[in-house]
Amino acid sequence: MTTVPSVYRILPEVILTLTGVIIMLAEASLPPRRSRTVLGWVAAAGTTLALWASLWQFSLPPGTGYFGTVETNSFTIFFHVLICGIVLVALLLSIDTLPKDSHHQGEFYALIVFGAVGMCLLTSAVELLLVFVALEISSISTYVLAGYRKHTGRGPEAAIKYFLLGSFATAFLLYGIALIFGATGTTSIYKIAHLAATAPNHLFVLAALAMMLVGIFFKVSAAPFHVWTPDVYEGAPSPVVALMSTAPKVAAFAFLLRIVYEMFPMLHSTWAPLLWIVAVVSMTVGNLAALRQRDVKRMLAYSSIAHAGYLLAAFAGIGAIGIAAASFYTAAYAAMNVGIFAVVTLVGGYNEELPMIDNYRGLIYRSPLLGSLLIFFLISLTGIPFTSGFFGKFYAFTAAVQGGAVILALIGLLNSGLAAGYYLRFALVAAQRPQPNPDEVVPPKPQIGVAVGAALLLAVASTLIMGIIPNTVLRVAQSASNDLQPPMPQMQISAPVSAAVHMPQSPAPPR
Amino acid sequence: MHLILFFIFAGCALAGAVNLLLQSHPINSALSLIVVMISLAVLYLLLGAEFLAIAQIIVYAGAVMVLFTFVVMLLNAGREERTRGSRAALALGFPAAVAIVAIIATVILRAQGLSTAGVQQGITSTAELSRVLFHGLLLPFEITSVLILIAILGAVALARQGNGDGERKAGK
Repeated sequence: MTTVPSVYRILPEVILTLTGVIIMLAEASLPPRRSRTVLGWVAAAGTTLALWASLWQFSLPPGTGYFGTVETNSFTIFFHVLICGIVLVALLLSIDTLPKDSHHQGEFYALIVFGAVGMCLLTSAVELLLVFVALEISSISTYVLAGYRKHTGRGPEAAIKYFLLGSFATAFLLYGIALIFGATGTTSIYKIAHLAATAPNHLFVLAALAMMLVGIFFKVSAAPFHVWTPDVYEGAPSPVVALMSTAPKVAAFAFLLRIVYEMFPMLHSTWAPLLWIVAVVSMTVGNLAALRQRDVKRMLAYSSIAHAGYLLAAFAGIGAIGIAAASFYTAAYAAMNVGIFAVVTLVGGYNEELPMIDNYRGLIYRSPLLGSLLIFFLISLTGIPFTSGFFGKFYAFTAAVQGGAVILALIGLLNSGLAAGYYLRFALVAAQRPQPNPDEVVPPKPQIGVAVGAALLLAVASTLIMGIIPNTVLRVAQSASNDLQPPMPQMQISAPVSAAVHMPQSPAPPR
Repeated sequence: MHLILFFIFAGCALAGAVNLLLQSHPINSALSLIVVMISLAVLYLLLGAEFLAIAQIIVYAGAVMVLFTFVVMLLNAGREERTRGSRAALALGFPAAVAIVAIIATVILRAQGLSTAGVQQGITSTAELSRVLFHGLLLPFEITSVLILIAILGAVALARQGNGDGERKAGK
């Protein structure tokens, strides 16, 4: 290993931490009546810088820093760029939609940026203690953000529920870490991978795997660990939901990939059936429950549970194929989910005067831009071609079929049909001409500011790019997957004809 | 010398623990708990675990006990009322306590007997501990500061009185 200063390995995290500290200090020293919007722009600038720093890490030789606790390679960079991108969109979204005179804006931006530190570290940590600390940073920031509308009844309810259940899940993860330390005597992921197969007490290793999976399944809201999701999404402010339904999940999925493919590859026969079951249950429960929802955010919460299920289907793929498909799906899912929550935020407002699906009736006539964007993201979530959702599902189910899980892929396809029911119903409601009703107060037309415009543009562009030229992102995902585990003879996932546009070989960001 | 110190402080710890149960005023109980903590710290020191001893004093006798007394004084807790205690507690509690002591004693005696008490080889020294903390696990240790910072920030954001207009509208 060549000597690279360790601090280069955590450069994005350092930049994010400094940004957070600057915002925190500036918030305290600004006069009380001054607008805090500028702090939002500072946060966005810091996140952009961190994104650039992650891309710059491509020029480093892959390796570890800080005595083998943190790693940089294309796998970590892929997820760093993805997380920074999501956080950037969420910040831009918040700049325009947070109440202007709220005194908590500075803390809001600081919490998001600090949370991003934890999420980024979670993807690059190769030491379980660091994983735990990083997970706690990201979790605590989302617990607080979830309860930000503290003068409503639902805000604190969401925060408390999320906090109690989340702490419980973290305890499971910690117990798993303790057990694997007991079995192997180390907390380094690479050493565990070597030692776990020959560990004297095999039962400890199995128990550790099970405990860690429970902790992670909670974080990604996979059924049957999903009960918190609808309540928390309903109570949390919409810009926060845009963030917490994507970024922490992306980080948790990256860690899940690390657990199963890097730490416990020899237990494949144990975890593969477990993930199979969880994938099927998540898809089915999520979609069936979403069909019955009348509240937009609750419906999207169940839809995110279903998407966690599709993503877990990719884990049925063998080695690098599964990793690449899962990585691509996280990116595709993040782009469209952030996008649809951005639209929901704009239509509903921070205080959510319009929470129901019926409130969206005729949206396309009230605001043609938002209406068509809503329909666009719904189409992507359904998985119709030329959007990221289609290729996400395509690669995930292809990986599952190649891994031999044909039934899983079939169940996934059936579920996609089921999901089209509620997504398209929602799209239809938005496209319907509203009946003139004199009693009804016409909701004001949502204003689209510069920041929100940029956020929407980013989300739409990345959804489209991954839908039309998925090869660019897929190539990065594949090199990421090769870095996660030793390369082995593999079939390339063949991209369909529409994806035949060849992009230059330069490492491209997923968004 | 070690033996004399051991008996003195073991006695202190036991006396403090018994006093803790017998006192009826919460402040007196809290103060007896400090005696127990400090005596235990000295016992750790006698065993050669100097880091544990210092941590015991700083964390338990210092921080935790200050918090305890703070809460007791904030709540303005008065003298407890004496009750005879329920019969079930008497019937079950004493045998259970005796059983626990017996089990622990058997396990320890079977493991090492009476003769080998003293400084143990396997106890981690402060030097080894700091080597792990500031070398091998430097990054997790430093990142913990972000964790604590975010917890404070979150507590402030949630606990501070909201004075934003948007929040007031939502409340009403």
